Amino acid sequence: MSRPRSKGWLGTLPLLAFFALVFGVPAIALVAGAFTAQGRPSLANLTQSLQGGYLTAMIGSVRLSAVVALLAAVLGTFLAHAVVTSRSTLLREAVLTASGVLANFGGVPLAFFWIATLGNSGVISGLLGLPSGALYTFWGLAVVYLYFAVPLMVLAMAPALDGLRPQWREAAANSGATAWHYWRFVALPVLAPAMLGGIVLLFGASFSAYATANAMVGTVVPLVTLKIASALTGDVLVGYENIALALSLDMVVVAGLVMAVYLPLQRRTSRWLH
Amino acid sequence: MFAPLARAAGVVAALTVVTAACGAAPSTQQTTQASQGGVNAATATSAADFGGLDKLVEAAKKEGNLHVIALPPDWANYGEIIEKFQAKYGIKIESETPDAASADEINAVKTRKGQDRAPDVLDLGQSFAISGAQEGLFAPYKVQAFDKIPEGQKEATGLWVNDYGGYVSIGCDAKQIKTCPTSFADLLKPEYKGQVAMNGNPTKSGSAFAGVYAAAIANGGSFDDIQPGIEFFKKLKAAGNYNPVETTPATIEKGETKISIDWDYNNAAYAPQMTAKGIDWKVNVPSDGAYFQMYAQAINKDAPHPAAARLWQEYLYSPEGQNLYLKGFARPVLLPAMTTDGTVDQALADKLPAVDGTPTFPTTEQVDAAKAKLAAGWDAAISG
Repeated sequence: MSRPRSKGWLGTLPLLAFFALVFGVPAIALVAGAFTAQGRPSLANLTQSLQGGYLTAMIGSVRLSAVVALLAAVLGTFLAHAVVTSRSTLLREAVLTASGVLANFGGVPLAFFWIATLGNSGVISGLLGLPSGALYTFWGLAVVYLYFAVPLMVLAMAPALDGLRPQWREAAANSGATAWHYWRFVALPVLAPAMLGGIVLLFGASFSAYATANAMVGTVVPLVTLKIASALTGDVLVGYENIALALSLDMVVVAGLVMAVYLPLQRRTSRWLH
Repeated sequence: MFAPLARAAGVVAALTVVTAACGAAPSTQQTTQASQGGVNAATATSAADFGGLDKLVEAAKKEGNLHVIALPPDWANYGEIIEKFQAKYGIKIESETPDAASADEINAVKTRKGQDRAPDVLDLGQSFAISGAQEGLFAPYKVQAFDKIPEGQKEATGLWVNDYGGYVSIGCDAKQIKTCPTSFADLLKPEYKGQVAMNGNPTKSGSAFAGVYAAAIANGGSFDDIQPGIEFFKKLKAAGNYNPVETTPATIEKGETKISIDWDYNNAAYAPQMTAKGIDWKVNVPSDGAYFQMYAQAINKDAPHPAAARLWQEYLYSPEGQNLYLKGFARPVLLPAMTTDGTVDQALADKLPAVDGTPTFPTTEQVDAAKAKLAAGWDAAISG
């Protein structure tokens, strides 16, 4: 044990084995299936997955995820800032704990909350004078997704906002900077990596969400996850499994593209921290 | 720090190996057991192959277990059927993922081929029964009542046999809705704004697909032409009447889905549940579009409990099993035969929603074409 670090990598073996089992094997099966049609290697599934209704669904998913991620990033950052700078520890603890719980809300229960509250016969739909079906639209679904996305952003931003030292603001003020200058040239550059990371996280969370949309809007808002579910596990379509795999591969590519934009930006902005 | 970490890592590694070992389940030792005594249960095609029903019961009891999949307890009375079967034969039923879809069932058969955990028996949507039979996944078996089942509602060698079915129906909360709709044409009336829901999305849910097919028939379409059905829902959406929420007992109770298109046995089964909650749930089979569809039973060719699987079939197609379906408002395949020979429980039959005329069935080709059309056109018609 004179040089314990030399064999340190052995400790990661279980993790790597686990990763290979639960991520590697399914990923290989996914790629293999996506490129197989009628038992032969083929591009037919991928071609079909990028046409017509499938393409519409993919665009719908990207659009919804982008809208939710950007809105939640703005709302979540403001909320986190308000809470972090608040003098009340109680408020701070309460909001952060609630965020931890709400960020994990999802699935059919989340859909049912909203249906019961703002659906056509919802408890307060009448009070608000909502037109029938208002919740069952693209924007209705976006609002429902914000319910878990905003708390998620609060959780992502609170530690970064804690890292903003009051001295920086004082120093900026002493040098004659306005509040706008401070935010533009000091705070935002420092916060940018966390914000970008948060946006990517939110995009991913909305992009992969399924059960809530399925229970609430069905196919009225076309989403790629609903398409995959119909093709993969349904009572209607027979023999669409490999199109589902091709759609999943498309999703992997989209997620990869988002990461490809995020990583260089993150590297560039995080220079401020070093 | 390093040593404890390494030990923890070792534990994790050991756990991983154990879990992996559980994944590779033992092969079908049951099959070899059952073949003792001269009968190979896995290849038996009738009770006679066992030497009579008693011998089949004996062989099944020896296996002791039965794996079923995708049988929701509140669907076609499966909860009670499972209970009665267990009580009658002392065979323990392990019911896996009750809410699974037909595609999941076929997947389970394929991915767990040769394993002890595979499902023994399947209750499938018609097209999955046909495609599964073509892929050679099922064992042929003729129940004792096989000859009484009408042609076209069974595969000739018994690879699959229709078990029960129902009509597309319109359920309605009669306390909240002044006049319950009795036809597809009614559904377009402005008084039903935001009320008309389905049990899911027609590219995924069998009952919702049937709803679109029935709407096609009601609107000048046919088994060959589902397009008018898609157009109907487009109109329903444009009128603001379509409600995309997936119907569940919870949404009915909440009053969000006051009108729901679903199988009549689902809607009829909701009624007594809802009465207890002060809701008067009425069921009508639409007068302009009666569409009847059946599910099918099949035995997994590599069933880990081949004798119990065959006994389950015998039970389902016995008057007792068929009447239990009827109790769940599903129309059993032997209903006409049982009405003739008097074994039907007439009190239960009288509770079924009324329907005029005899059902007709689309061919497999017609259904496949309709599904392809729906998969391509549904989203565009309903989204936005």
